Amino acid sequence: MNESLNRRLFLSRGISGLTAVWASTHWPALLAAADHARHATQSATPPKFEFFTPEQAKEIDAITSRIIPTDETPGAREAGVVYFIDRALNTFQKDAQKTYQEGLPEWQARVSEMFPGITKFSAATPEQQDEVLHSFDEGGDAPRRAFRSRHGARNFFETVRQHTIMGFLIDPDYGGNHEGAGWKVIGREREHTFQPPFGYYDKDYPGWQPLEEEADKK
Amino acid sequence: MTVDQPKYKTSDEVDFVIVGSGAAGGILAKELSTNGFRVVVLEQGPYLTESDFTHSEVEILTQNKLTNHPELQPTSFRKTPEEKATPQRAVLYGRCVGGTSVHFTANFWRFHEIDFVERSKIGPIAGTGFTDWPITYADLEPYYTKVEWEIGVSGLAHASPFDPPRSKPYPMPPLPVKSSGVIFERAAHKLGWHPFPAPMAILSQPRPGRSACIQCGFCLGFGCEVGAKSSSLVAAIRVAERTGRCEIRPNSYVHRIETDSNGRAIGALYFDEQRNTHLQKAKAVVVCANGAETPRLLLLSANKQFPNGLANSSGLVGKYLMLNSGGTVTGLFEHPLNDYKGYCVSRVLHDFYELDPQKVGFYGGGGLDARYDFTPIGFAFGGVPPGTPRWGKDFKATLSHNFSRTMEIFCHGTSLPLENNSFSLDPDLKDAWGLPALCLTYKDHPDDLKLGNWLFARAHELYEAAGAQKHWGFPAAESQFAVHLLGTCRMGNDPKGSIINPDHRTHDVKNLFLCDGSSLVTSGRGQPTMTIMALAFRAAYRITALAKRGEING
Repeated sequence: MNESLNRRLFLSRGISGLTAVWASTHWPALLAAADHARHATQSATPPKFEFFTPEQAKEIDAITSRIIPTDETPGAREAGVVYFIDRALNTFQKDAQKTYQEGLPEWQARVSEMFPGITKFSAATPEQQDEVLHSFDEGGDAPRRAFRSRHGARNFFETVRQHTIMGFLIDPDYGGNHEGAGWKVIGREREHTFQPPFGYYDKDYPGWQPLEEEADKK
Repeated sequence: MTVDQPKYKTSDEVDFVIVGSGAAGGILAKELSTNGFRVVVLEQGPYLTESDFTHSEVEILTQNKLTNHPELQPTSFRKTPEEKATPQRAVLYGRCVGGTSVHFTANFWRFHEIDFVERSKIGPIAGTGFTDWPITYADLEPYYTKVEWEIGVSGLAHASPFDPPRSKPYPMPPLPVKSSGVIFERAAHKLGWHPFPAPMAILSQPRPGRSACIQCGFCLGFGCEVGAKSSSLVAAIRVAERTGRCEIRPNSYVHRIETDSNGRAIGALYFDEQRNTHLQKAKAVVVCANGAETPRLLLLSANKQFPNGLANSSGLVGKYLMLNSGGTVTGLFEHPLNDYKGYCVSRVLHDFYELDPQKVGFYGGGGLDARYDFTPIGFAFGGVPPGTPRWGKDFKATLSHNFSRTMEIFCHGTSLPLENNSFSLDPDLKDAWGLPALCLTYKDHPDDLKLGNWLFARAHELYEAAGAQKHWGFPAAESQFAVHLLGTCRMGNDPKGSIINPDHRTHDVKNLFLCDGSSLVTSGRGQPTMTIMALAFRAAYRITALAKRGEING
């Protein structure tokens, strides 16, 4: 793919490769998922999962929480990302059900393989959890340990990663990104009209002037 | 706003049927209906209006609400005509009333004089179809002015020493500068370059029924919910509707131009939303379906009399495609720019519009602009520097720090017209209606890639002068994805070397006219929509004159 031309595009630049294929399929239900995530995190009663069992949801939530962790600012957990994914898998992302169903058991097997005695990802320490993510992440740094993944498991990690980013950063006005948690983190105000000055560099701008040489010539 | 539209029967022989309602089709609808003709516009996409335009980036990124749909309309790609094409997403265009002008960036500089006569100036380029236009900048100037005043363009006349002559100033001042624009301007001045306020087809002052820009920050890729972006939807289609002579018929997918035994076009055959087929009869057909779909429609219209497709006696329909070279270089600064606020581009420079091939060692030229066009999700996938972790604390920290401190410099450049670069019909792949899909064949001329890298180097130079903390980009790479769709039914005086004459009339079919990006002879330096709209105003004038003299079917 032509990186430079591609970068011109809101579309392919934003969501390239796998995500484009994923994302281009079922938009209305994506919003439904986002809405579900919003209501779930707002609800006083424990929300119900529609695709995941509570046990599975706990594991997925733990994975999303390492992709965008909670620190001094909110992470994927506070943004309700696991609910976004849950609804997605029952609606517009049904074709990814298999990826999750096959990927999660292999993921858990990897946890036990790497850390004998620990059977669940959610039970591992954050450091151990990150080791597991590294072992699956073939798009970033070289794996720290040599593990052979079936294609499905690699696809699982990349799918969760992309779902997590989308669930974290979608416009909260349209559901998901609970209370704008993701936008707070990146510093995007939740307004939809702005006035100049917009930022640090234009606040003292005196108005357009031509290049001085040119002005001198006139 | 479908008010007071006439409802023509398909059996009514209207004066003109226009295929496509985008930058060119919208203008032609406005002009021809204003001039007294009965017009039907057939648009394949839906009729959306301001209330349909949301800020949900997910909607835009995933539903293709405003653009062609990769599942309904699959495409394929190959580098050369010898290869078998592979199905992949290869083209992006607006698919709604207003076309691509609904979601575009709205950069609206004019082409310069050189763009029309460059072949004469620098001589032939071996192995290319590089040639002069049959019209000059002077011929088009009155229509550029018409676009600025009638459609609404913000800008500052004479701010760039490289600007071509103009007969009137802009109708309204430039939009407010952004931090990216100030950084760009100050650094360019240090380097002795000549930045100027970007001419934008976005209102800086309100017009009847349209708000000035509210700086919402969801611009490129999105429809404007206050009508500030000067799409043909808000600036032309509504004028056409008010004439009472123009019907806009959305969800109408034209797949064949029918001709009679005399080789005249008799109307356009289309699928309605329920996929029923209709023939809209007309005295003349004007195709404005864009640089991909216009040649496709001509090829789909092949019949016994025109076995290679309509208007294709030259064999050049779909060929000489130009996509514009270039790309972005991204920079990071110490303080927040907050460039996510507002429209995209506030400063441009044209110091490198015309490069001397003897000096730089390649043909080409271009413009740079200062911009920010990331959405939040888009930024997470495409806005962080190479080497940024893909997940975890540092990924989050990078998003958190960089989102408000990033800007881009877009490098816009020439593409040379090559006969092998084309849109054609894929022999195997079919769309959801069972019609042959678009096949993109493209391999950039080496000079186009050299130019891209040369412009990227200038962008890096500018970031150095600006004191950026970090700046990065990617080397120019061969294109596999088409956005600017130019040159595929080009204009010329010679029927062997072109498809349409300077009146936009096809050489082969007397009452068939083409006007859109396909009409361009050279690529300009990016930002073709302004020129497409100017050509449409001029085409409307020429076609009206022919019709009034009885020379279309006479």
